[in-house]
Amino acid sequence: MSSTHAPAHRDRTTTIGAVLVRVLFLGAVLAVVAFTVPLMIQLQQWMWLAVTVLSAVAIFVLYSTKRFVPGKYLFPGTFFLVVFLITPIILTVGYSLTNFGDGTRGTKEQAIDSIIANSVQQTEDSTWYNMAVGTKGDPVEGPFTLFLVDPETGTVHRGDETTSLEEVPADEVTVTSGFVTEAEGYTILDARQVNAAYDALQQLAVPISDTSAVRVQGANQAFEGTTVLSYDEATDTITDSRTGEEYTVGKIGDTKYFVNSSGERAFGQSWLQNVGLNNYERLFTNGNIAGQFAAAFVWTLVFALGSVLATFVVGFALALILNDPRMRGRRLYRSILLMPYAVPGFISLLVWSNFYNRDFGLINETLGLHLDWLGDPTLAKAAVLLTNLWMGFPYMFIVSTGALQAIPSDMTEAARMDGASRLQTTVKVVTPLLLVAVAPLLVASFAFNFNNFNAIQLLTEGGPFLAGEYTRGGTDILISMIYRIAFGGSGADFGFASAVSVVLFALTGVLAAIQFRFTNILEDVN
Amino acid sequence: MQIRRQSFLALGGLAAGTTLLAACGGEEAGGGAGGASDAGGASDAGGAAEGGEEGAPARADADLVIWTDAEKAASLEEPAAAWGEANGLTVAVQTVAEDLQGNFITANQAGNGPDMIVAAHDWIGNMVQNGSISPVQLPGSAADSLAPIGLEAVTYNGQTYGVPYAVETLVLFANNALTDVPEPATVEEMVAAAEAGGAENPLSLPVGEQGDAYHMEPFYTSGGGYLFGKDSEGNFDPSDVGVGQEGSITAAEKIAELGEAGVLSTSITGDNAISLFTDGKAAYLVSGPWAIENIRTAELDFSMSAIPGFEGLDPAVPFAGVNAFYVAAGGKNPAFAQQFATAVASSPDIAEQMFPKNELPPVNLALQEKLAGEFPEVIKIAELAESAEAMPAIPEMAAIWQPLGQAEANIVGGADPEDTMVSAGEEITSQIG
Repeated sequence: MSSTHAPAHRDRTTTIGAVLVRVLFLGAVLAVVAFTVPLMIQLQQWMWLAVTVLSAVAIFVLYSTKRFVPGKYLFPGTFFLVVFLITPIILTVGYSLTNFGDGTRGTKEQAIDSIIANSVQQTEDSTWYNMAVGTKGDPVEGPFTLFLVDPETGTVHRGDETTSLEEVPADEVTVTSGFVTEAEGYTILDARQVNAAYDALQQLAVPISDTSAVRVQGANQAFEGTTVLSYDEATDTITDSRTGEEYTVGKIGDTKYFVNSSGERAFGQSWLQNVGLNNYERLFTNGNIAGQFAAAFVWTLVFALGSVLATFVVGFALALILNDPRMRGRRLYRSILLMPYAVPGFISLLVWSNFYNRDFGLINETLGLHLDWLGDPTLAKAAVLLTNLWMGFPYMFIVSTGALQAIPSDMTEAARMDGASRLQTTVKVVTPLLLVAVAPLLVASFAFNFNNFNAIQLLTEGGPFLAGEYTRGGTDILISMIYRIAFGGSGADFGFASAVSVVLFALTGVLAAIQFRFTNILEDVN
Repeated sequence: MQIRRQSFLALGGLAAGTTLLAACGGEEAGGGAGGASDAGGASDAGGAAEGGEEGAPARADADLVIWTDAEKAASLEEPAAAWGEANGLTVAVQTVAEDLQGNFITANQAGNGPDMIVAAHDWIGNMVQNGSISPVQLPGSAADSLAPIGLEAVTYNGQTYGVPYAVETLVLFANNALTDVPEPATVEEMVAAAEAGGAENPLSLPVGEQGDAYHMEPFYTSGGGYLFGKDSEGNFDPSDVGVGQEGSITAAEKIAELGEAGVLSTSITGDNAISLFTDGKAAYLVSGPWAIENIRTAELDFSMSAIPGFEGLDPAVPFAGVNAFYVAAGGKNPAFAQQFATAVASSPDIAEQMFPKNELPPVNLALQEKLAGEFPEVIKIAELAESAEAMPAIPEMAAIWQPLGQAEANIVGGADPEDTMVSAGEEITSQIG
C-alpha cells in the first residue's frame, strides 16, 4: 500500500492508516472539547474555556491540512509549555495579588449563605417531630407539605410554607411505626427524594408563631426553630432579628468582613478579594525578613556546596578504593555501601534525628558525649551536613564507579609507563577525566540540595530556634524557612504563600542562570 | 491538627515516617535520583498548598460518604454500614491519611467532598469560616445524655456544629514501682517522690527542641497563663492574647525551675516520652488515652490521676479534645448526613460499636457507665476530662502552637523566662494581625 520510495517533498499520496489516525485523533479532540466546554461554562471557568477552544482550533487548523508543517512539530511542545509551565506561573502571580486563604476562599454569596444558614437556633423546649414530606406537585420542585408526628402523643400535624400547623384527621393518613406513610391526595417522598429536594426543604419553614417555625432536619426529622439572621440585598446588610443589630460590610486589615456598629468583625466568613501588592509588602516588612533571607541564603549555599563536596569526596574515594582489582570482596563492600541508598530517606532522616538526641541519642551514648546536637546552632549545622553526607555519598559512589569504568585503562597505563606514581596518575589523569564526566551531575546535585526541604524538615525542622527567634532557625535553608513563613502561621494563606513562591521563583531563576554559565564553561573545557 | 500528629508520633515515629513516605513517595523518587528540579522551590510550596488534590480520595459512590483518619475509619466502617442497612442506604467510610482538614475544605468547596467528616473539635472554627460545615441540631435529650465537655466543645459562637462521641485529655500516669505517691497533689510533691524513688527521670513529658504547647498546657495554666480572653458571651476574644501576660510569666518561671532541675528536658520528645515510662526509666508520664495500650503491653503497675499544679498556684487544667461528627455544607446528600448525625446524637449505639476498634473515652454518660467495669482506665480519662478545658476552636489558635511551644522549649533549655514569653506573645499577636 505505501510506497517504499516515498518522495521526501510534496507527497500527495496519503495512506489509509495515516488518515485513520488523523481522523481518530481529531475526533478525540472534538469529543474532549464537546465534553468539557459545557462543564466549563457551567463552572464559569472562562480562562480555561478560552485555552481549550483556542487549542482545539489550533489543532484542527494544523493537523487537518497538509500545510503548516513546522507548526505540526512546534505545537505539542508549545502547548505543554503553556499549560504546564506558564499557566501555573501566571496563576501563582495572580493569587499572590489576592487574599486567597482560609476564610476567604469563596464568593461573597457563599459567605452570606453560610452566615445565614449557621444562625438557625432551636427554640426552648423545641419539639422534635417524625417527619414525612408530601407533595401534590413535583417531587423535586414541590410545593411540599410536611406531615409531622409528635412521637410522644402520636398526633399527626400538617403544614406548609404558608399554612401553619394543623392537626390532620386520623382517617386521612396512614401512620406506620411513627411516620406518615400515606396521605390522601399527596405523594409521600421516599428518603432519596427528600435528599434530592433537600435544598428546597431547608428553605421551607412551616410557621408556628411570628418568630419560630418548623424546620427540616435530615431525611425524617423536623424541629421547631428560628433563623436569627437575615440578609437584605438592597442595603447589603445582615440583620439580627433578636437584637435588631445590623451588620454592614467593613474593612479589617486587607479584608472585607461583615462588621457590627463599632466596626468589629462579626462573623469569620469572608470572601476572595484583590489586595494588590499587600502580600509582598507584608513579606518584606514583617520582622526584618530581608535580613533573615540573607542569613538563610548564605547557609543554603554553604549547605548545598558542603553537601556536594563532602559526598563527592567520600564517594569518589570509596569508588577509587573499590575499583582496585587487588581489593577482595569488592561486590560485598559495594552492596554494603549502597545500604544508605536503599533505606528510604524519610525513614533514615527520622532515625538520624533520634540519634542526635542529647540524653538518649545513639551518638552521645556510644561516644560518651554530652553534646546538645540539635539545641546548638553550630552543632545542628554539623549534624545536618553529617546526615546529608550519609544520605548522599552512595549516589556519588555509584556515579564515580560508573565514570571510572569509562576511563580507558590504557590512559592510566600510559601514565604509569611515563613514570607517574599511582597518586600522580589518580590526581593528574583520572580525576580531571572523571570530573569532566561528573561535573554536570555535581551541578545538578547542588541544585537539588539547594532546595533539599526533606533533609532539613525531617531532621531538625529548621531548628534550633534561639529564644525570641521564630522566623528562621539555625539550620533553616531558604525553602524550609519560606515554607514556615507561608504555612507555619495561622492556617492556609495561599495568597501570601504565592507571593513567597514568586519571590523564590525569581531567586531560583537567578541561581539557574549562574549554573548554566558554569555548565557552559565546563563544556568549553571539554 | 498539630496535636493529633504529635500523638501519632508518640505512637511510633516509624509509623509516622512510613505515612509520610507513602504520601510523598512520588517526590522522593525524583529527589533520590539526584535529579535537578529547577523550579523546585516554587513547586514545593505550591505542592503543599495544593495538597488538597494529592491526598484526597475520589468521593465514593454511596448515599452517605464519610471521611476520616485511618484509625477512626477502621472503627466506623462496620457501625456505619449497619446503620445504612437498617435505613436502606449505602454508606462509604473513606480514609484520608494526610491533612484531612485541608483536603476536606478544598473538596467541599469544589463540590466533590464527602457528606460528613469525623474529626477533632478544634477544627470547627476554621471549617466554619470556610463555610465547610453546617450546624447540627441536637435533640433536647442529647444534652442530658452527653458529658458537658462534649457539648461545650462542639458549640462555637452559640451554635452546635457537631455531634460529639469521644473525648481525649492529658492525665498523669505514675509507675508504682518507682514512686510511693501514685496521685501527687502538687508538682513539688511529685518531683520529691520521684527523686525518693530513684527514677532516672522524674517526669516524662514531651518537650522536644520545638516545644509542645499541648502537653505543657497544664503547667502553663497552673501558673495562671491563658491563651485567649473571653468576651461577655463566653466566646474567645482573639484580640486578648494571654501569652506574655502576667500569669504566663509566672508559669514560665516555674517551667524554667523545672528545666533547671532536670524535671523537664528538651531531649524528651514525642518519640521517646511514652517509651521512657514503659521502660521503667521515668516515674511519671504526662500523656493521654493513646498511651494506655503501650503501658498495658509493658505490664507496668501504674496509677492514673489528674495532672497536679504547682504548690500555691492555680490547678493544672489540660486541654480536652473532643471527636465529633460534622455535616459537610457542600455534600451531595445533606439529608442523610443530618439523619446520621441525629442518630449518633440520640443513642450511644454507634459510639459503642466504634469503641472496640478505637478505645477512646466516650462522652455518652450511659456508655461511660456501661464500659467502666471492663475499661476502667479509659473511663477514668473521660472523668478527668470533665475538669479539662475544651481546646479553643477559633481559627486564631493556629498562631499559638509554634511560638508558645518554642518559647516553652527555650525556657526549659535555660532562656530567660520573662523575655522569652513576652516575645512569644508579640509573635502571636503579629501573626493574628
